[in-house]
Parts: sequence; structure tokens; C-alpha cells
Amino acid sequence: MTADAAHIVSSRDDTYLNHTKGLLSWVVTLDHKRIGLMYLLSTALALCLGGVFALLVRTELWGPEENLMSHDVYNQMFTLHGAVMVFLFIIPSIPAAIGNFILPIMLGVKDVAFPRLNLASFYIYVVGAIFLVTSMYLSAIDTGWTFYTPYSSSAQVGSQSAVMSSAMGVFILGFSSIFTGINFIATINTMRPKGMGWFNMPLFLWAVYATSIIQVLATPVLAITLLLLTVERAFGLGIFDPALGGDPVLFQHFFWFYSHPAVYIMVLPAMGVISEVIGTFSRKRIFGYKFIAMSSLAIAFIGFLVWGHHMFTSGQSKLASMVFSGLTYLVAVPSAIKVFNWLTTLYKGSIRLNAPMLYALSFIWLFAIGGLTGMFLGTLAVDVHLHDTYFVVAHFHYVMVGGTVMALFAGLYYWWPKFFGRMYNETIAKVACLLVFIGFNVTFFPQFVMGSQGMPRRYYTYLEQYQPFHQISTVGAYILGFGILMAFAGLILAALKGPKAPDNPWGANTLEWHTSSPPPFDNYASQPEATDPYDYHALVFDEKIGGWVKVEDAPATGGEA
Amino acid sequence: MDAAAHESHDAHGHDHHHDPRLAHHFEDHQHQFDTGKLGIWLFLGQELLFFGGLFCAYSIYRGLHPEVFEEGAKFLNTNLGAVNTVVLLFSSLTAAWSVRAAQLNNKKGLILAIVLTIGCAFGFLGIKYVEYSHKLHEGVFWGQSFHPTREILEEAHVTPGVVPMPAEDGSVDPKAEKIAMLKPNLHTFFSIYFMMTGLHGIHVIAGILVYLWILRRAIRGDFNSEYYGPVDFTALYWHLVDLVWIYLFPLLYLIH
Repeated sequence: MTADAAHIVSSRDDTYLNHTKGLLSWVVTLDHKRIGLMYLLSTALALCLGGVFALLVRTELWGPEENLMSHDVYNQMFTLHGAVMVFLFIIPSIPAAIGNFILPIMLGVKDVAFPRLNLASFYIYVVGAIFLVTSMYLSAIDTGWTFYTPYSSSAQVGSQSAVMSSAMGVFILGFSSIFTGINFIATINTMRPKGMGWFNMPLFLWAVYATSIIQVLATPVLAITLLLLTVERAFGLGIFDPALGGDPVLFQHFFWFYSHPAVYIMVLPAMGVISEVIGTFSRKRIFGYKFIAMSSLAIAFIGFLVWGHHMFTSGQSKLASMVFSGLTYLVAVPSAIKVFNWLTTLYKGSIRLNAPMLYALSFIWLFAIGGLTGMFLGTLAVDVHLHDTYFVVAHFHYVMVGGTVMALFAGLYYWWPKFFGRMYNETIAKVACLLVFIGFNVTFFPQFVMGSQGMPRRYYTYLEQYQPFHQISTVGAYILGFGILMAFAGLILAALKGPKAPDNPWGANTLEWHTSSPPPFDNYASQPEATDPYDYHALVFDEKIGGWVKVEDAPATGGEA
Repeated sequence: MDAAAHESHDAHGHDHHHDPRLAHHFEDHQHQFDTGKLGIWLFLGQELLFFGGLFCAYSIYRGLHPEVFEEGAKFLNTNLGAVNTVVLLFSSLTAAWSVRAAQLNNKKGLILAIVLTIGCAFGFLGIKYVEYSHKLHEGVFWGQSFHPTREILEEAHVTPGVVPMPAEDGSVDPKAEKIAMLKPNLHTFFSIYFMMTGLHGIHVIAGILVYLWILRRAIRGDFNSEYYGPVDFTALYWHLVDLVWIYLFPLLYLIH
């Protein structure tokens, strides 16, 4: 028996799932795997909630007249859709859910650096979510998820009390994000196993590391901004209110100083997932490892310097706009480096089209469209035409939904056998992927067209010429919603009734596949030595257990299973 | 909490002579200490950016309207600010001393240093209370609530400019009765003053709470030369709180 097998102490029956029992053992757990699953459940609920708001908005837009709700309710609906999706779903989804579960196992450690802080960050998330969601009952916010002043700070209609509770909710959620970031940076910095230098780390870790840096450095600026907004609203502080000599554009600067980097909080971990999935399902060493790793840091760094491109039409100076425009183009370089490296990895690989791979390929396709349409918006003259139109809406949905949600499902289907020790149904997963892909494109591609023709975003009504686009988009939204439900159904079904999964169903060589599925309570008895994460030739398929084993273990493991 | 305790107990099961203060996922105390130190530095990094937003707002408004800041600073009591600066600097010394005492296994010194630090923190808040209550009593509020009394204007040696009172239709007759007028948007200075010092004050209160917890653990004898991370990390936080004040004092009090 090799050292590798000896790392697995607990018997296969004693896993983190049944190590302790009862609701309490989950509620107060310090185990990163359980915290990850609690995050997964909460973010999935947030996705469904935000999805319902989205479908309500799309249904209302079926025709230009009032179909379902008044214009005031409509304003609240799109605001809640944005706020719930951004702050409750996308930002914590991949790092806090998948990251929490996978990151320590990938490093071969028993837990993240600060397990108590990890649990605290989950409950801070829950408290923030309660603040944000209860604001719906007070009288939901109608400012848009961006809380722009002076409307948010001084308007006396519609959003009176809700702005404060929502802003405080997001303020609290921010600290959950910061604490997760601190935890991950400390874990990766100080707890890597023997033999894992920085450039032996799996690319998912690089991506999460870059994400964490943004979380720690950008989120506090949002926190202070929303604190100022709340104090302004409560006590008439006057920092952002032009009636009191304040500057509303300063709010936009502060807000986007966080919220642009936040876009990379959303997409960088997604890129990390894709780097793992593409390599594994091409059975070929990931191409340009160092370039992918460094481009994550480059995106994180440049991402801090481009916030002004949200304000080309807000009256900032021409020079500032030109600089921000130039820097915006610069972000395209590391993003493109990643896409080219993934494509080159595919080239002459032995590609297997399992569900995670299909989601990953969809990601590349949709992210490419999302990224390239960003070029239009980064161009100063073109942006004046496209600003605040459906073109912008389509662009960022291609990046956030086409990017992050696709990668989330790629990651969930990829790691699901590790989470629960059970395989999913390939047919359900593939049909769901197809529905999501088609539904997504049907929803958002028409929005590019109508946006370029001048349909403004967030409008309750519209000219008749836009109606066909809106109706196609609404149909697509329902297909997309159904596809996402089906994707979740496939996962739930697998967790409950799926056939037993082998420890390494995909033949991946990162450390998490070297422990059992599902992992034992403390992951490893002692820290294993690092493997070469992308050396797929070190593994062979063992038909007896239906999974992959190390070449040197191949004869021995048959009997063990 | 039973389940969590049960979990961590189990995780420790296969280690011998285990120190309960060493978490199961670290190799040794040094490893745990280094990780914690990195964590607290990251936390201080985010604190810096948290305050950074306010410093940024300060710079922008001061750059645009320096006269508002020069005028506003006259309302602040430089002597009380200076005393508070000394108090906080001294508390940073005692905080640093507490770390040294823990490293030297000097329990009495550790407890004394922490008590002195907490005492200074309360002293700081007391002086701040005197400053705040005086201002609020004289109507020196932030933003829309800024209505200073004549007494405090005289006390601050602020002489409002005198402009002719406009007639009902808005026209101005130079011979008309004159009214006193403060610099426009003088209240912006106090918006920023109360926001920055208030947020700093909240950090002082948080520091007191953490230090009370550290004091309890110190009395219990948790800390020694091998395990003193929490003392060190709290002191680092306290130094940052001190450092922020070191910037606030000149930026708000000493600019005229």
C-alpha cells in the first residue's frame, strides 16, 4: 500500500456527512465542508428568489402596458432582482460554497486557517441576508441595486425606510465576504503541503487567491460608502446630497471602486473552476499554466483601476474617461489569455463531453461574447450611445450568468461526486445544460439588438418597435428558469439516490480526488504530499471500481474496493 | 456548542499530549501564530481601506473648499485633541508592553499593561465625550442640523461675513439691512468630522471589548511565551486605531 492510501484514516463509512448527527451538529459546525454546503444551500435559495424576481420583471415586460404590476412595484422588482442576485448569490456562490468545500482538501489540510471565523462569516451572511430580504416587507427599495444618490439618500417616496435596511444588509454581507477572503488568503499562504510551491498550486486556488485579495481590499470601500449612505439617510449628513453641498458623483466613484472589482469577485473563481474542468476533461496538461495563474492576479490588479468606465456619462473629466477607457481595454488582455489557453488545452486533447465539460464549454462561448461586447462599452464614443440601454444589461448578464452561473454548474457537477459520494444522471445534466444554454441566449441576445436600437434599461414601458425583442426575451427567460431548476433537480436527485461514486471519477490529479468520496471528517490523517495537479498520465482507469487510480496502485486497489 | 466541541475533540483524538490552545489543523504553535499574524494584517489592510474612503472624501472636499475646513477647524478644541493624542500614544506603548510581558511569561506585567491600555481607552472616550457634548449643546451638528449658537461662534473666533439682506423679490440693495452669514456649506466640515471621529470612536469601543476579553484570558493564565497570539494581534489592532487618530488630529484640528 502506498503512502497515499494511508492518508485516508477513517473507514469509508465514517464521512463528514455522518460523523456527527442532528441539526445542531450542522448549525454550530466548524467543518469547512459543512459550512460550504450551508453556503451552497443559501446561495441556491438566493438564486431561486432572484430568479423569481427576474421572471416577474420579464413577464411584466411582455407588453408595454401594465400586465402584472404597477410601475412602482416593477421598480422594486428589478431592484430586488439585482440586489439579491449580486449580493446574496453571485458574490458568495463559487468562493464561499465550492471554495469552502474544496480549497482545504485541494491543499491537503484539515480545515481553513480560521474555522471559527469561517462559521462567523456564514452567520454574518445570514444576518445580512435577513436585513436585505426583510426590507422587502418595509417597502422594497426601488433605487436599483446600485443605490445611486441623490435619489437613494433623499427621495421621500417609495423607498423611504427600505434604503437604510437594504444598505445595512449589504454592509453586513460585505464583512462576510471580507472574512472569507482573509481566511482563504491565510490558508493558501501558510498551509500549502510539502512540495506545493506557488507554481504547483491548482489553478482554482490561484483564482480563489486573486478573488480573496479583491474581497479584502475592495469590499471595505463599499462598506464605508453604504455606511455613509445610511447615515446620510438617517441624519442628513450631506456628503452625497447636492442640496447640502455634497457630491452625488462621489457616491458613484466610491460605489464602483468596489463594484467593478466585485465583477471580478464574481468571475475569477468561475475561471478557476473552468481551468480545472477543461484540463480534466481534455486529459491534457493545462496549456500555459503560469499565464493562467498570473492572469488571475493581473485581472485582480487591473480590476481596481477601471471603475471610472461606469461613469463615462456622469460628467467626469475627459482625461479621466480616456484613462479609464484605456485601462478597461487592458483588462481584456489577461481575460483573453485565459480563453486562448483553455482553447489551446482543448486542442488535440482527448475530450470527454460529460456535463461539467458541457457547462465549461458554454462558459467559454458565453464569456467570449460577454467580454467582446464589453469592448463596445469601453469605447468612449460608443458608450455614450449604449450607456444605460439593454445592451449593457445583455453584456453583464453574458458575463455574470453566462460566465458565473455556467461555471457554478460546471463546478457543482464536477465536484458533486466528491461532495456526496454519488454520481449524477448524465442525461438529466446534459439536457439541463442545453436548456440553460438555449434559454440564456434566447433571453439575452435580443437585448443586445434592442439595446443598440435605443431601448433604455429599467424602463417600465417601451415603444412598440421593441415588443418582439421583449417577447422573445421573456420566452427565453422561462426556458432558462426551467433549465436551472432541472439542473438543480439533477443534483438533488444525485445526492439522494445517485449510484455510489468512486473516489476519482474523472481522472483528475488535484489532491481532493486522492481522498475518499465523500471525504472523511478530517480530510486526511496527515498532510499528503503535493501531486502535480495536471499530470493525468499518473492515473489509470480501474474498471472494477469505475474510477481512476494511481498507476502504481492499479493492481492493489482492485481488491480493496 | 456540544457538537462543535465533540467534533474538535474527535479531531484531536490521534494526537498525544495535545495543547488545547493549538488547533488541530496546525503543525505547531509557531505555524498557528504565523497564520494568525497574517490574518490580522489582512484585517488591518481592510480597515485601512475602510477608513480610506473617508480620508478620500476628506481630501476631495478639502481640495475643493479649503476655506470651509480652515473655518471649521476653529471650532475644535486643540488642547483636548492634543491631550487625547498623548493618551492614545501612551496606550499604544502599554499595548506593546503587554505583548512583551506575555513573551516573558510575566503575568502581572501583562495584566497591568492591559488594564492601563483599557484605562487610557476610557480616558480617550471621556475626553471625546466632553468635546462632543459641548459641540452638540451649542448646535454644532453635521449636515442639515448645523445651527451654531452665537456663543460658540464667538468662542471659536469665527466672524461671519456680513452681506446685505435681499429684498422679498430677491434683489439686493447695498444699503439694505445687513445679516451675518457663515461660510457656505460650513456644515460639510462637521459631517466629515463627526463621521471620522465617530467611526474612530466605535473602533476604540470595539478595542475595549476585545481587551476586556484578553484581560479575562490573561487573568486565567492562558498566555505564555509559547502562546500569546491574541495579545499580539489585539495590540496590532490597537496600534492601527492609534494610527488613525494620529492622522485625524492634524487633519481636523491643526489646519488653521
